[in-house]
This record gives sequence, structure tokens and C-alpha cells, in this order.
Amino acid sequence: MAKIPSPEELMQVSYDMPRENWMDTKPEITEGAVAYPAKKVTMEPLGMPNPHDWNPFEEDWHLPENWEEIIYNGLKERLEKYRSLKLFMDICVRCGACADKCHYFIGSGDPKNMPVLRAELLRSVYRKDFTTAGKILGKLAGARKLDKDVIKEWFYYFYQCTECRRCSLYCPYGIDTAEITMMARELLHELGLGLHWIMDPVSNCNRTGNHLGITPHAFKEIVEFLCEDIEEVTGISINPTFNEPGHEVLFITPSGDAFAEPGIYTFMGYLMLFEEIGLDYTLSTYASEGGNFGLFTSSSMMKKLNAKMYAEAERLGSKWILGGECGHMWRVINQYMSTMNGPAPSCMETPVSPITGTVFENAAETKMVHIAEFTADLIKHNKIRLDPSRNDHLNVTYHDSCNPARAMGLMDEPREVLKAACNNFYEMPENTIREQTFCCGAGSGLNTDEIMEIRMRGALPRGNALRHVQEKHGVNMMSCVCAIDRATLPPLADYWAPGVDVSGMHELVANALVMKGEKKRTMDLRQEELPGMEDE
Amino acid sequence: MAEITYEGKTFEVDEDGFLLKFEEWCPEWVEYVKESEGISEITEDHQKILDFLQDYYKKNGIAPMVRILSKNTGFKLKQVYELFPSGPGKGACKMAGLPKPTGCV
Repeated sequence: MAKIPSPEELMQVSYDMPRENWMDTKPEITEGAVAYPAKKVTMEPLGMPNPHDWNPFEEDWHLPENWEEIIYNGLKERLEKYRSLKLFMDICVRCGACADKCHYFIGSGDPKNMPVLRAELLRSVYRKDFTTAGKILGKLAGARKLDKDVIKEWFYYFYQCTECRRCSLYCPYGIDTAEITMMARELLHELGLGLHWIMDPVSNCNRTGNHLGITPHAFKEIVEFLCEDIEEVTGISINPTFNEPGHEVLFITPSGDAFAEPGIYTFMGYLMLFEEIGLDYTLSTYASEGGNFGLFTSSSMMKKLNAKMYAEAERLGSKWILGGECGHMWRVINQYMSTMNGPAPSCMETPVSPITGTVFENAAETKMVHIAEFTADLIKHNKIRLDPSRNDHLNVTYHDSCNPARAMGLMDEPREVLKAACNNFYEMPENTIREQTFCCGAGSGLNTDEIMEIRMRGALPRGNALRHVQEKHGVNMMSCVCAIDRATLPPLADYWAPGVDVSGMHELVANALVMKGEKKRTMDLRQEELPGMEDE
Repeated sequence: MAEITYEGKTFEVDEDGFLLKFEEWCPEWVEYVKESEGISEITEDHQKILDFLQDYYKKNGIAPMVRILSKNTGFKLKQVYELFPSGPGKGACKMAGLPKPTGCV
């Protein structure tokens, strides 16, 4: 694994532009910026096209013989299928408003990480093959011929985009840059080129229902283990149901919450909240994943993985789905679900909070409510008791996870929840939060260790903002609503703002939650002593 | 895929040096990882962790989460790091022949 430069070394980013035309610069595949390729044994059973073993550091990527034809046909098919892609290819005027908005460009200074130029890597091939001006004028019209170096360049740079869509926010035309990356990744997959860190979770999810490959009995055992820990802290015994038909709500969260720290504390938080309000819900060991790495693979894979949540809701007769703290799942649900797998099964209804009576009209189509909305509504109606002083040792900030913020507009609810659960809440600078939030540097399936250097480069803007509030307000906890964030923000904080810890939102809620019949809380959910509340 | 030969045995490993096939695990693998991890001797404590990891994996098809490992073996995370300097995943799981978890982790 490549050695990671120190923050001081890494901060010396040069933004000088090379003299030569970008088309004349060859891609340099460097260690620390390119992740391990997906293996043939993973791709084959999924029915992915042209599965093969290859190495990005070798000259020959063993492309299928007719690779040019595959790309041409693949692009043609997608241009016909998606009017949006055709539009995004045609309308960019290269104004550059997006250029300095990308976390990878800010952290690397690599001009091909400017979103406009990254998109141009694909657009130039489109022009050559699909526009009259490009066919006749070639380079003069910004067109270039497809060759194997272009494929390498695509692979390198479209996996240095986290589909976070911060650049799209500043585009005067509203070009959805993430969709350009999605199309480029689909084309690469046609050639059998993918990432291990994306395809292994896809394969697991396809097989077991979740990215980690947690089997049904293990899932049940893990949740029961978390319940034992809850009892240790609160004295309250919780017995959730699994795969049980006839409950009003099906609860689905990312499997990372059932496996890794600090996500497991957030899972405990959900369970405690549901127990306290008496929610009529069940957990599924089949639809045991909110995330969808199919989004980072292809539309057909995304559709397949998404379908299981609704199939399970139908099988169990659930009226609606309550979704946990996941990031990209909400992009899939809000932007793609209804045209992919919709409409939702007829047994499902527009979600209504059984506790407050609030009708979630915004979820009338998807039948799926984000837990931040659900909990914010409980707080607004005074339906739960919180003692925020239990979180007084924490100075908390909130990292808007890209997709909940930009793909569903979830910005006020998490803040209302956190402010109710914590007395000390501080915002990071305004151009780094809400819809302008900066990526954790490793979304869209890039949260793997071998590319830690490019991850830390991409993490620079978020790390810088975090460091700012750490120095100014003594922030020591960054909260978020995404499982990828819970995995990626701890190394980000260790690197750019050492001393700041990371938590999900419902971990902090549950620490503050006053439960009926609970024993005196002396520990938080991590079983660390609560300052000032130790046993006498 | 890379291959490693150690004391007459050949192992297929991934880029991070984890065994590709759990079935290929054998005592020689432990010896091999022991050397690369800089562990001088496999003690009863090491063995307890390795046995638990393998039993859990055979039963559940995945590695246990760290808290389950701690609770069942009685070793705090800090102690696991003392035994396996690269930690529970890159040290202990690797030695036990378990694959590396992927996803939102």
C-alpha cells in the first residue's frame, strides 16, 4: 500500500496549469489514486459483461477485442435512452463555474479533476462520433478519437469523482455531473473494468441482501448483541422482531450500521427510539441494506438491488418504509426509484407518523421516510423527552452528507434534531455546509484504504472546515447521517483535525433520550463514562 | 492474482495479502503471517482470538464485528492491538484466513 504524505506535504497543492493542450497529456496511473480492480470471480456470477482479471498498473488492460465497438454502441444506446445525457453532452459552454468546486481538484490541483474537464473526457469522444461538427472539424471542435489511453483516463478520473454533485450546484445549466460519471462508469463496466470495493459489496448484496454479506442468522445475532449492550447502559430490554409480517413499518438502514463502529451506536439509537415511542415495526434480514452500490455500477444493477426493499415491504405487508441514516440510498429513492421500480406496491400507503399523525406528503410516491424527518417531527410535537446535558461534554458540528443534502434537500431536520439533543452545536463555515457541503472525500464506493492519499486530498476542504470549528469552538464531535461518512470521516478527522470524533445522529439522540423505566445513565452508548454522571 | 509460497505451500492472496480462499488456510499460513506481522510467538491468547474468528466465520460467513470479538474473547481492543500490531482486521483476521470486509466500513 502506498505511503501517505503528511498533511503539511499534501497541502502544497499546485494549481499551475500545464502548457500543453489537455488532449496531449497522457494519463499517469499513480499509486494511492487508483483502487484495486474488481475480480473476475466477482463479476462473472453477477452477469457483468466481459469479466476478466487485470491490473491498472500494467500496460495491457486486456480489453475485449471489439472494445471500440462496445463503447460506441454503449454510448449510442445511452444517448438514445437518456435525453438527459444527450443534453448534458451538448449544452456545456465550458464557462468553468464548476472548475474549483470539486474537492478532488482543490486537494490535487490536477486539471482533469475540474468537473468541466472530467466531463470533457467523455464529451470529446461523444463529439467525435455523434456530432457533425466533431466529425468534420475534429480537435478544432473539441473532438478526439477514442483510444486505449482514453479508456485509462476515464477509469482514472471517473473514479476520482464521488458523484457528490457539489459542482452541479454551481452549473448555470444545471448539468448533473454525477450522471456523466455514472454513464462513464457504465461504459467502463461494459469492458469488464470495475472496482473491487464497489463490486464486492454489489455481489454480497445480490447474494445476501446487504453489502457486507451478513447472513440472516448473523444479522439477527448482531442486533440482539446490540440490544444486550443497550440493556447494559439503560437497564431496558429490547426485543425487536425480524421478518415478521403485519407490522406497520419496515425499518431499513445501511448494513455498515450493523457491523462497524461508530455506526453500531447509531443502530442502537434507532432501536432505543423505536422502543420508547412504541413503534410498530419489523427488521428484515433480507432487505438488510439501505445503501445501493448498484448506483455506482449501472442502472440495471441499481434497479435490481433497490427492488428488494419494496419486495420485502410487500411480502411483509408493511404500510411504509422508515429509512435509516444512509447517504446515497436517498439519491436512489428520490431520483430513480419510482421510474425504475415504481410505483410502490399497492399495499403500501402514504407514510403517516403513528405517533404524531403527521402525513409525510413528500414521501407519497416513494413510501419511504428518512429517519431525520421522522425524529424531527417527534421532537416538534414533544413526543420524546431529551436530556441534552448528557451530551454536554461534546461540542458538536454537523457534516451534511452529500446525498441527503443535495439529492433530497434534507438540511433543517438534522439540525433541529441535533440542537434538541445537544446543548453545544456549532456550524462549519457556510460555503461548506447545507447544499454547499463538501464530500467526505470517499463517497460513491471510493472508501477503500489503498487510495488513502487521494481520499485525504479530496477530504481537504471538509477537513479544513472542521479544523476551523475545532480551533474556534472546541468542536470534538462531527455528526452525520450516512454510513459511508461514518466509515470515512474518522480517518479524515484523524488526518486533518486530530481529536475530533465522529457519530451518527441517532447515537447522540439516544444518549440524550430519557426512556421510561430506565436506570440512571452513567455511561454513553460506547460504554464510556458520562462526565459528571459517574456512579457515586 | 498474487501467489505466495512459504515452506512448500502455495497461497493465493489478494492485493492486501489476505487469503483469497479460506479453505487454503493451514498452520503454515499462520507462520507466514506471524513473520510478516512481526509477532515473535503465537501464544494461547493469539490462539484464542484466531479460534474464535474462524469459528464465527464458518458459522456466519463474515468476520465478527470488533465488539463481538472483544466480548467473546475477553480482550479489549487495545489488547487485541498488543497481540496483533496491525489490528483485528489487518492482523488477526488476515492470520485466521478471513477475507477483508467491504462496503460502508
